[in-house]
Amino acid sequence: MSVVLEQIFQVGFLAAIIRIATPLAFATLGEMFSERAGVLNLGIEGIMLLCAMTGFTATSLSGSLWFGVLVAVLTGMLMGALHALFTVALGLSQHVCGIGVTLFSSGLAYFLYRLIFGQQSVPPAIKGFQTLPIPVLSDIPVLGPAVFNQFALVYMAIIAIPLAAFVLYRTPWGLSVRMVGENPRAADSAGVSVIATRFQAVILGGALMGLAGAFLSMAQFNAFTFGVVSGRGWVAIALVVFGRWDPWRSAGAALLFAFVDALQLRMQASGLGHIPYEAFLMLPFIFTIVAMAVMSRNAVAPSALLKPFRREER
Amino acid sequence: MFRLEVRTSTPTWFNLALPLVAIAATLVLCSGLIALAGAGVLESYGVMFTASLGDSYAITETLVRAAPMIFTGLAVAVAFRAKFWNIGAEGQLLAGAVASCFVGAIPMPGALAMLLMALAGAAAGAAVALVPATLRVKFKVDDVVSSLLLNSVIYYALMALIEGPWKDSFSGYPISPPIEDSANFPVLIEGTRLHLGVIVALIAAPLIWFLIARTTLGFRIRVTGENPEAARYGGIHVERVLLSTALLSGALAGLAGVGEVGGVHFQVMSDISPGYGYSGIVVAMLARLNPLGVVPAAIFLAAVMTGAEAMSRATGVPAFLSDVIQGTALLAMLVALLFTAYRVRRVGAAT
Repeated sequence: MSVVLEQIFQVGFLAAIIRIATPLAFATLGEMFSERAGVLNLGIEGIMLLCAMTGFTATSLSGSLWFGVLVAVLTGMLMGALHALFTVALGLSQHVCGIGVTLFSSGLAYFLYRLIFGQQSVPPAIKGFQTLPIPVLSDIPVLGPAVFNQFALVYMAIIAIPLAAFVLYRTPWGLSVRMVGENPRAADSAGVSVIATRFQAVILGGALMGLAGAFLSMAQFNAFTFGVVSGRGWVAIALVVFGRWDPWRSAGAALLFAFVDALQLRMQASGLGHIPYEAFLMLPFIFTIVAMAVMSRNAVAPSALLKPFRREER
Repeated sequence: MFRLEVRTSTPTWFNLALPLVAIAATLVLCSGLIALAGAGVLESYGVMFTASLGDSYAITETLVRAAPMIFTGLAVAVAFRAKFWNIGAEGQLLAGAVASCFVGAIPMPGALAMLLMALAGAAAGAAVALVPATLRVKFKVDDVVSSLLLNSVIYYALMALIEGPWKDSFSGYPISPPIEDSANFPVLIEGTRLHLGVIVALIAAPLIWFLIARTTLGFRIRVTGENPEAARYGGIHVERVLLSTALLSGALAGLAGVGEVGGVHFQVMSDISPGYGYSGIVVAMLARLNPLGVVPAAIFLAAVMTGAEAMSRATGVPAFLSDVIQGTALLAMLVALLFTAYRVRRVGAAT
């Protein structure tokens, strides 16, 4: 048993956790910003897929990885703006619009990918991001190679977590986001534009979802397949709730999920598969549903989540 | 200047006009993609139409595909009427499929097997839908997120089954063993795939309409959705109505899975539903949550799906156009619905 455990807990395992957590961290932070402003974005699953496709395509055509990342981020912002147009400007029901955005974006991703690349027996691939060891830090035993010998996008995710917390809790804009998510009426009285702030938060969220999609097709798989996202957007929805709408806790939840996921991958590989791996993949969803029931007494969700704001309706 | 103004009433012709306007807008918007693919717009839509509704065989194929979406559309329509936000029809469908596959694999007389498959599938779907409803009633948990997340739970449970105990030990494919031949739903027209389940779906729609429009439970569902405070004041046990709605909605979604197992695939595999549960939301919204409207709405989406494949073969436009049409139709319908609540009015002379 201890041999198996040793096999599981090595540097490679820690590195795998970080890699699995990265797209989830981006996506979770993106969804969190949107929800803190009072807008549930169920479009996340489709937006990530579309961004994975546009980023991959841009890189494939231009040869530049960072141009691909830029295109993915812009795609995410555009789709965020679309969701905000429906839910914030027009005040339509957020959950139905979100499903609409997911159906539309994933359909568009499949359509454009097939149009550009045709039907090929071997899907086209790109030379994706290479690991970028950070001098000195990558020499630290165990932690060094696992955390500081990663893709550039991984470092961006690591920086994004404290940055998101800073923006949300320490800047005037972050205060506005929290206000329009908790009490839009009061925010409006205080001179904060509810519509503009929500638009900005959902668009910022879209940009982060774009980074998540870009990581999947340009660093993790180096190709676009129709299953490249395969439910990671829904995982992010769960992680935001599990992380109580807080950047630190949400990122922690992403790390915890990545640990469970990496563990099940290792157990499958080491032939220790007495427990079906699906049981592990189910866990975050079950935990979140249970956590929602337990947390419901404390009402930690943004109060105005799912509620459109119309100034004239008092 | 234009301004949105709250409407006090909506003319009845709106009910029919809005979905048609939304669909027309969708087809116009999506024609851009056809042009991008370098094909003729009218030609492509023409192929789509003839391949899905042009002859009697095509119509049976479209109906076969519409059946699961009639059930999921009804499931969503019933739930949304009570403002029980069931986004989980996909998972409930899968649960129904698994349960009916279990029952269908047991040797027994065909008619009994089909009846028990339907009951088991409906019960499984209802049980899944009961989870978010109970959480909402007992713990005030948001039903949108909980019902959505359950889809993933059920999907992985299905995967665990077909990659575990159900896995085909001969071929190694992750598919369930087939149901008994005697449990296969009878085909109604020789040479087509039009099975008994399609007729059941077509009959279910008017039955659900009757239930919603003409029975006490239907009245309670509507009042609970429109004004829960008034419902409570009027002596309606709102929590109980929500739970009943969830059971009904989940059972309908479960039946969608039963039809796919008994009438189309005769076994369970990972892609038994290409998102029929989510399509149910599109169908229900296009139908304006009216069970009778669910049938044409589901047939429209099914026609787009079957037609898109033929269009792709004929014109080279990727068949994924049908997915884009589905998403666009939902968004267009939501925008169109604004006109039932608001009207655009010109105010003053803009200076």
